[in-house]
Amino acid sequence: MKRLSVLDAERCVGCQCCMFACSRRANSPGLAESCIGVRSNGGMERGFVVVVCRVCENPPCVRACPTDALVRTEKSGIRLDEAKCIGCGSCAEACVVGAVYWDSEINKPMICIHCGFCVDFCPHGVLGLKERRGLSHAG
Amino acid sequence: MLDSDPLCNVLYVDLTRKRFRVEHRQDLFDSQMGGAGVATQLLAQECPQGCDPLGPENPIVLAVGPLTGLFPLASKTVAMFKSPHTGNLGESHCGGRSAVSIRMAGYGAIVITGRSELPIYLAVHGGEVHFRDASTLWGMSSSLTVGRIIREREPGSGLRTIMRIGKAGERMVTYSCVSVETYRHFGRLGLGAVFGSKNLKAIVVSGKRSLPVTSNRTYRRIYRDIHEAATTSPAMKKYHDLGTPQNVLPLNKLGALPTRNLREARFEAAGEISGEAYAERYLGRRLACSHCPVACIHIAALREPHETEPYFYKTSMISYDYEPIYAMGPMLGVGDPEGLLRLLDRAEVLGLDLMSTGPVLAWATEALEKGLVSDRETDGLNLQWGDWKTYLEATRRIVEQPNDFYAALARGVDYASSKYGGEDFALAFGGNEMPGYHTGPAAHVGCLMGARHSHLDNAGYSVDQKVLVERELSPEELANALIKEESWRQILSSLVICFFAREIYDRDTVLACLKSVGYDLDEEKLLETGLAIHREKFRFKKREGFSLDGLRIPGRILETKSPVSNLTEEYIRATLDHVGRVLA
Repeated sequence: MKRLSVLDAERCVGCQCCMFACSRRANSPGLAESCIGVRSNGGMERGFVVVVCRVCENPPCVRACPTDALVRTEKSGIRLDEAKCIGCGSCAEACVVGAVYWDSEINKPMICIHCGFCVDFCPHGVLGLKERRGLSHAG
Repeated sequence: MLDSDPLCNVLYVDLTRKRFRVEHRQDLFDSQMGGAGVATQLLAQECPQGCDPLGPENPIVLAVGPLTGLFPLASKTVAMFKSPHTGNLGESHCGGRSAVSIRMAGYGAIVITGRSELPIYLAVHGGEVHFRDASTLWGMSSSLTVGRIIREREPGSGLRTIMRIGKAGERMVTYSCVSVETYRHFGRLGLGAVFGSKNLKAIVVSGKRSLPVTSNRTYRRIYRDIHEAATTSPAMKKYHDLGTPQNVLPLNKLGALPTRNLREARFEAAGEISGEAYAERYLGRRLACSHCPVACIHIAALREPHETEPYFYKTSMISYDYEPIYAMGPMLGVGDPEGLLRLLDRAEVLGLDLMSTGPVLAWATEALEKGLVSDRETDGLNLQWGDWKTYLEATRRIVEQPNDFYAALARGVDYASSKYGGEDFALAFGGNEMPGYHTGPAAHVGCLMGARHSHLDNAGYSVDQKVLVERELSPEELANALIKEESWRQILSSLVICFFAREIYDRDTVLACLKSVGYDLDEEKLLETGLAIHREKFRFKKREGFSLDGLRIPGRILETKSPVSNLTEEYIRATLDHVGRVLA
């Protein structure tokens, strides 16, 4: 699969246009439904951290889900079966990078589907869609 | 506006009683849209006539606009308050994460009144408002440390703004600023002192939400067009590459770069402190305000050796922009790029508006040179053009105020020169120190009429360079040109669109954006609203004692040649007369 990758976080200027793009794609203008996050690395002078799902080989979020609501797919990363999800938050706790975002309106997780919509709105070459081959250390 | 838009929520905070409430003011946002328009109304409503700018009743108004959080480059917050620097309308604009955070927290405006007994900072996380004890933060020597501590204690990383003051604000220097996300500022007219007078050390605001639009499809199409324009236009590229200091060399070439207290308008060392020089030698990082793909914020990495210990270095990240460079560089004859960065850093740490600090120190230098003051007043400091080390110390003393002279400097050049003389070379307009544009009469008239105050205040610099260098305008024509442009800029600042994006947000684009968020307007109505907002500000100013007739015109601006030859007091006064007639 092609995976959304953080190609070079050092180029990130912290504009957060990717976050707005992600939420906009979900027909939710603003930031509520963004599955990507940009925050400063402890002060903007130190640059930024870009947090997005890495589609782990053996995803802790999937393993942590008590109702099997999360499934790792080859096409679009981790998918949620909303009907199964009870909103316990175990997936979010299990993700060490914090890439499981939370939709507080419906109390369910939001995870990047690797569609690449945000890439078009990153003017500084931080993000890209990359074919996944073996282990990757990007991001 | 759309009924479901949280923009109409105004958060009122009373620091004395530690109470808050939210009011729905759809009427206000329908008619004034947001930003400058809404803030002007809220200020007029909340600020008692004739109130002490440093008294508890002076409100702090922060307003954002309907496009904030929806469209790129609409990410400014407009602050309004009664200015302790001029005793009149205070307006200051700031980017960073401020506007998006306020919008995402669910507000269109925040109004803060009262005074806390205890130093506090305010934490607004969505609908929650907390009054936090800031006793430990009060008196800290660096505003950077204050930012770090709040960053570590408060939630909302990546989704928040942290506005804070330094020691200058605590000690109520009338041109102290509020720093936001370390490198952006509500710079002008002393919002920092108003914070200080309220025992308010900082405000953190965070939030995350969705916003309504009339049609997602249309919204996404307009968005894509604006994003495309913002990332491909050559003007925006220049802001990204060099930032605002791109102006140093062109203005110097033009003979419009105020140098040594505007005794000259060209600086021999401009090449050392230009945008190009800094980008090549010191640029360490670029930053963007939230929702701005341009990233014009330039941060220099300054590596300094320790004075006594070998192989020991400190690296400071220091933001630089055109106006700070002008004010602490050419204006003080400082051409050493590293010395200048240290001056910018010192002001950042203390929380001073550099655009005022520079002209204040420039006046002091000339006053000392001319013998109006002696080293008794300067407390032994021998201020000399280019001597950045002494200016570093003088900057610190403006905040510490060890004697009457420094206490006077802490109130600006108007006040200092009224006490010690030298008004002719005290470079302020209406009490506010001049920006770095000696382009001609239009820029100066613009500052005197004081339409916006923020940054360089007005578009006169552009009229000077595009029109007046080519042909003369009658005073009426100049006044009309300034007011016409200002009407549009009042719209942009009511929609809190960054002025750097004014070419992208042309009339049609603005109307299309507004339509997508439920404002059905036409160009004529929009311009009428712009003029009305300008008039409302003027009305407030007159209410607080402002008069175009009594304005002091510093003789120096008439003596030092500008690129426009027709720079006379008569011409300026005649233009101001006409401005008064149009705005009344």
